[in-house]
Amino acid sequence: MTAYLIRRIATILPTLLFASILIFGLQQLLPGDPAMVLAGEERDPTVIAHLRETLHLDKPFPVRYFYWLRGVLRGDLGESLRMQQPVRTLIAEKLPVTLELACIAIVIALAIGIPAGVVSAVRRGTAWDYGANVVALWGLSTPNFWLGIMLILLFSVTLGLLPASGYVSPFEDLRANLAAMIMPAFVLGNAIAAVLMRHTRSAMLQVLSSDYVRTARAKGVRERDVILKHALRNALIPIITLGALEFGTLLSGAVLTEQVFTIPGFGKLIVDAVFNRDYAVVQGVVLFTATAYILLNLVADILYAVANPRMRIS
Amino acid sequence: MATVVDAPPIVASDARASSRPHPLRRLLRRPSAAIGLAVIVAFVTIAIFAPFLAPYDPIATNFGAVRKAPSAAHWFGTDEIGRDVLSRVIFGARASLEAGVLSVLISLAVGVPTGLLAGYAGGKVDMLISRVTDALLACPFLILAIALAAFLGPSLANAMIAIGISATPVFIRLTRGTTLAAKSEDYVLAARAIGNSPLRIAVRHVLPNIVPPLLVQATLAIAAAVIAEASLSFLGLGQQPPQPSWGSMLNTAKNYIDNAAWMAIWPGVSIFLLVLSFNLVGDGLRDALDPRHS
Repeated sequence: MTAYLIRRIATILPTLLFASILIFGLQQLLPGDPAMVLAGEERDPTVIAHLRETLHLDKPFPVRYFYWLRGVLRGDLGESLRMQQPVRTLIAEKLPVTLELACIAIVIALAIGIPAGVVSAVRRGTAWDYGANVVALWGLSTPNFWLGIMLILLFSVTLGLLPASGYVSPFEDLRANLAAMIMPAFVLGNAIAAVLMRHTRSAMLQVLSSDYVRTARAKGVRERDVILKHALRNALIPIITLGALEFGTLLSGAVLTEQVFTIPGFGKLIVDAVFNRDYAVVQGVVLFTATAYILLNLVADILYAVANPRMRIS
Repeated sequence: MATVVDAPPIVASDARASSRPHPLRRLLRRPSAAIGLAVIVAFVTIAIFAPFLAPYDPIATNFGAVRKAPSAAHWFGTDEIGRDVLSRVIFGARASLEAGVLSVLISLAVGVPTGLLAGYAGGKVDMLISRVTDALLACPFLILAIALAAFLGPSLANAMIAIGISATPVFIRLTRGTTLAAKSEDYVLAARAIGNSPLRIAVRHVLPNIVPPLLVQATLAIAAAVIAEASLSFLGLGQQPPQPSWGSMLNTAKNYIDNAAWMAIWPGVSIFLLVLSFNLVGDGLRDALDPRHS
């Protein structure tokens, strides 16, 4: 297991390095003098001079990258020009909101996706299977920002049951927090539920045709126990990895969902930064996201290796 | 977007391949795929003939008809400055289809040769390309597209480039994987034995045999690119006003949802139908081209 861990960690280091080069390289896409562009519309000469100095713009790309990477490794992701705050502080402020949204979304996705996948596999070829597949296709094809607008139309404008936008901290008012989060979390969980449903169905179909399930049935184990205790427990192993892979979908979805429901989270941070031409924030957020994604994948692989010893040997 | 379709086994020299019906016929035999294809053809027709089909100029304002509900004069109603929603939905199909197809062509143009090189050359070249691909895949698709669009500047063309670049690693990985599988096939060994150059083997022998999985992935990628373009336009990073795009129409519509819901319904339905159709055709193609799925 130790050898597997060392091997796996060794592979993520170059990936992280290349990701950081690519993200830093985004600056090269800016047209013209980066200092002028980064300084915003005011073009304050003091800001421009400060940028030239702090970003080492008079130095070649590799040198600038080295200085930037050195800062990143010390936890310095740069400073927001617009908000005059370190990018690290901004991320730390906004991340909990998005994490709460993501956690509720994952719970909703699991509650819909796994039972739907199981029913679809167990009742293969029936109306249940057909219905679950239709729901999955619906989930994969609906733009989440449109679904959000339609839910606002139904639950906020027409029925007046839920707030259309805004955010209340759970520490201030848990009830108001859940009322504000349920629609965006459903929107975010919807697409992931579809992916989970498809994966659960295919994993269940594979497990249901295996010898040990046939043996369990031959022994006279109740069908309910065969499905829940023998089949689902094993089918869930590959779904652990899927959870980590869907992290990217969650963050991408959060960008749009937070925009629709005006939630002051991580997604709104990047969109506001884009419009404020706050490029250090854009770079910092993308780097943080990529690093989190790579590390989550590593955790998922380790969990998978713990659950499935064959992985460690191969 | 990061989902890579399974590579089907190489069937070029398989005798069964000749006895199977033509892939297009197999695709059309699936009702869902046939319906999807019909809807795509309908949208393409609408996009091509938009100037003849749209009842009004999509950017002409009419302050005497602001936020009018659907009526005989305006089937889908009007927007916040009196523009005809139906005409804007019809012209919006152009931006979505253009972005969907062109961005995937960019991904294919970059991803396929790079994947072929990685898979065929192997060694250090493969290692370098694979690490760069992993690095790109580590950035969530839409977040990378937003960052690229932000640095390139907001426009439909830049949105297409951003989506194309963000979708490229999936094609590199798929092409590399299928090339590695094809490399050990007898027909490639035979081509090498008779003295063909590596470039000729890669282009003339390997490439034609990895087309089926690429075609499936490209179809599904168009669906993702249509949503991505709508998302970027929704955020203001794609098609710029006053030109119509389904995403930017929804961005405006969300501000008037309490008194002009029709502004939000039709652009959303259009995105949904187009994306659903590409997904249905993609699923159908996978089943039709991959013997394991049939």
